[in-house]
Amino acid sequence: MSATLLLEQLINGLQLGTMLFLMASGLTLVFGVMGLINLAHGSFFMVGAYLTAAVTAASGSFLLGVSAGLLGAAAVGAVVELVVIRRLYHRPHLDQVLATFALILIFSEGTRWLFGSSPLWLNTPPWLSGFVTLPGDARYPLYRLVIIGVGISVAIGLYLLISRTRLGMRVRAGESDREMIGALGIDISRLYTAVFALGAGLAGLAGAMVGALQSVQVGMGEPVLILAFVVIVIGGIGSIKGALFGALLVGVVDTLGRVFLPLFFRGFLPPSEATDVGAALASMLIYILMAVILAFKPKGLFAVND
Amino acid sequence: MKQLARLGLGLLLAGGLATAHAEEVKIGMITTLSGGGSHLGIDVRDAFLLAIEQSGRDDIEVLVQDDARKPDLARNLANEFMQRDDVDIMTGIIWSNLAMAVVPSVVRQGTFYLSPNAGPSDLAGRMCHENYFNVAYQNDNLHGAMGAWMREQGYENPIIMAPNYPAGTDALAGFKHLYEGEVAGELYTQMGQTDYAAEIAQIRASDADSLFFFLPGGMGISFMKQWQNAGVEMPVFGAAFSFDEILIKAVGEAAIGARNTSLWAYDLDNATNHAFVESFREAYGRTPTLYAAQGFDTANLILSALEKAHPDDQDAFREALREADFDSVRGEFRFGPNQHPIQDIYVREVVAGEDGEPTNRLLGIAVEDIQDIYHVDCKM
Amino acid sequence: MTDQTPSGTLPGDLPARPPRRLGRRGTVQLVMLALLLVLPVAADLLGHPYYVTLASRLTLIAMAAVGLNLALGYGGMVSFGHAAYFGLGGYVAGIGAYHAFDATAFMGMFPGSDNLLVLWPIAMLACGLLALLIGAVSLRTSGVYFIMITLAFAQMVYYFANSWPTYGGQDGLPIYIRNQLPGLDTQDPLTFFLICFAGLVLAMALTSRLMGSRFGAALTMARLNDTRLATAGITPYPVRLVSFVISAMITGLAGALYADLNGFVSPSMLSWHMSGELMVIVILGGVGRLYGPLAGAVLYISMETLLGGLTEYWQLFLGLTLLGVVLFARHGVMGWLAGREPHG
Repeated sequence: MSATLLLEQLINGLQLGTMLFLMASGLTLVFGVMGLINLAHGSFFMVGAYLTAAVTAASGSFLLGVSAGLLGAAAVGAVVELVVIRRLYHRPHLDQVLATFALILIFSEGTRWLFGSSPLWLNTPPWLSGFVTLPGDARYPLYRLVIIGVGISVAIGLYLLISRTRLGMRVRAGESDREMIGALGIDISRLYTAVFALGAGLAGLAGAMVGALQSVQVGMGEPVLILAFVVIVIGGIGSIKGALFGALLVGVVDTLGRVFLPLFFRGFLPPSEATDVGAALASMLIYILMAVILAFKPKGLFAVND
Repeated sequence: MKQLARLGLGLLLAGGLATAHAEEVKIGMITTLSGGGSHLGIDVRDAFLLAIEQSGRDDIEVLVQDDARKPDLARNLANEFMQRDDVDIMTGIIWSNLAMAVVPSVVRQGTFYLSPNAGPSDLAGRMCHENYFNVAYQNDNLHGAMGAWMREQGYENPIIMAPNYPAGTDALAGFKHLYEGEVAGELYTQMGQTDYAAEIAQIRASDADSLFFFLPGGMGISFMKQWQNAGVEMPVFGAAFSFDEILIKAVGEAAIGARNTSLWAYDLDNATNHAFVESFREAYGRTPTLYAAQGFDTANLILSALEKAHPDDQDAFREALREADFDSVRGEFRFGPNQHPIQDIYVREVVAGEDGEPTNRLLGIAVEDIQDIYHVDCKM
Repeated sequence: MTDQTPSGTLPGDLPARPPRRLGRRGTVQLVMLALLLVLPVAADLLGHPYYVTLASRLTLIAMAAVGLNLALGYGGMVSFGHAAYFGLGGYVAGIGAYHAFDATAFMGMFPGSDNLLVLWPIAMLACGLLALLIGAVSLRTSGVYFIMITLAFAQMVYYFANSWPTYGGQDGLPIYIRNQLPGLDTQDPLTFFLICFAGLVLAMALTSRLMGSRFGAALTMARLNDTRLATAGITPYPVRLVSFVISAMITGLAGALYADLNGFVSPSMLSWHMSGELMVIVILGGVGRLYGPLAGAVLYISMETLLGGLTEYWQLFLGLTLLGVVLFARHGVMGWLAGREPHG
């Protein structure tokens, strides 16, 4: 195992982590401000990827496609908030789970109705398809570095938004005391729509970016959604900082686990068994990590008020 | 008019509405029409119905149900077909795990089952049954054929990769069985995995001279895109399951150059195939995949047997099926002793088509008359 | 969520307890149970075994939901991971049959068995143990954390089953011959239905007895007001944990029966869609109502059967219906059919 390969896998983990952060930050923000658990967050990921694929194919411009994915998902999020979600804020979590579960079914089958069952074409544009040479003479895809860059920019942007702007102030107020901001005379329903649309837009951006790397198909948001849940539980639900830290942790642990666990077991087991055991354990690794963290910190690493 | 007629037929079939006059043969089709991987089931269904329509027979009723790729749902639908609708023949299942859930009990209860896709090793070997016919392939066929062909082409150190599930481990075992040499390494991915950066880095770091992978459906799309992105210069080989006409369109130019084994190609030169590809394109406006070819052959096999016997006369009908007396779109077709095909496997290369979109082009035969290795375990 | 008063009254009367007056609610409940018993028997007599099998499926899904309802409805523990117990129960039945069929031993030590009297207790024990482990960690959290951590644990079990090749991995494990019960022919659809029906009635009776006891009162109190329970000198944590374990055991038994009904068990029984479906059924029927899971299962299975035959996009309409129920019919089918839960 060379140092180059290790470095490369670390960057891979980092890239998975930043993508997860895009998903998890919206999820955690919505929970932090509105106290809402949203299972349909993965649907916005899918909507973003589909819109990006459709607009890129129609216009030939990837940038236009990604913007459509981001803004379109935000718009869809705003509509969903206005029509369905705002009726759920005062409901128990159970109702929220059920309603957003229903939204998943509606989004998935609706997308299939509109776009058909075949996966859509979406690829990285030529100007992002190059390589960067890492120390040790390994070539690393430029596009993955771009994803990391976008993720970091979003993290910085969110930090500035929340710490420096009026919207951010209200978000912080909402996080610490939900009744309070109503009493301050802030138009709560507009704030909620804005926050929800922001979360949906970020998920759409993640879908748009990752859509160029993977298959754009119905149900693509679900595996990512579950990972995002693990991320925000580890990080502490409602905490953006926790989402960032959790996302990077999950990304790196998952990637390194997949590579090194089978190698590790090959040290003392026959190769086929080592592969079996290693792969089985690798697929469970982040859940084990989560259980261990929660056993010591039941509210996650960066707990905010529940 | 034809469109309208088919629409009418389709509605009738899909709804499973009993028509006024008595139907003589009932065929129950359980296939995947919704959710991930549904384009496989849709192609099987469309081609199957096309063949029935072309036969001009109006005494055949086809009931179609969607299993949504859920084994327990498929199992219920099979019960429904057998216990409520009293079908004579069943077909349609796409996935090996669904086939394993449904087929054993169906054939044991005296209904014929013809597989238009999926051929798990157990059904070819120790659990083979006289009422079970596989009209597609045994799961190992395409992988094994690629192994043999790569050896012949002089590749000496392939690295091989598949998802960690039974069909995946079988695929790599099948490949190695006919490759008959050392491989540079074996990688197992997770089922449904979407990011392959870690595997690609490992492949690049290995000293392999070629890559063979089995990643069906969306997994293959994701992998091929990321593979191209990583700029690894290594020839890529696979089975048709990652390179059907619909998937390579979704992969785009990243698929170009990949070679894959298939039991059929749309540019295969025989009269039956020309007619099939043309009529399928006319009816549905797209190029058929191998799944469509398998669905079409399944229907024509049934039709050929119905010429000779009614399924109620089980022995005669079974004998008629065994004879496989029909014109297959893949050229020659016959059954082995375990009622699985003995057939030629072809190699195709993905090239840029006239419209610039990727498409498959036939290169030649990989292995002639391939037969699965499990038939020796079959006691029939 | 429900309309119970903190005194923790019996949420629904079973025939076993002398009803004061049957009333609308009692009538609806009695009619439902009677129909569930009579219709399959009639279908069997008329020679329609398909409907008997469908009824068995409905009964088992209802039973799994009865288990979940104990945790979710009565205990207020929103478990998004009950598929883990449903599937584990199924795998116990499957693995037992597999080793009995092959005459081999589980982990090289325990011989297989196709005797349901052996498999059922093992299934319940295994699910109880798993729930004890998961519950012990999960119940330290609450609210959304609890929802997500139960989901994550179930995913862990799901991935494990998926990638462990011995028992079929993702392909699942067929049960070629239905497991046996001494003296009965389990292959006969009606006999098997009656077994399932007995299981459902027992599970409901157990729930009713449990909720009528001091333990039930404590559980209700733990849901409504932790602090008051603590001041009464009872620690909520063990009360919750015990009911979570019992809930998992009921769901696990239903899973074992379900695997036998289908003749098949696969990781799809463990998937988060299954957990979601069970929750949907509980909520559709009415949370924390004894007959809620049954009513929910009837509605869900009918929708699946009827819509599935009409359109490829039936899940879209299922989603719309669910959304409608959450937004506009908050007390579920039982709330609508039988009126609100009485205060008492």
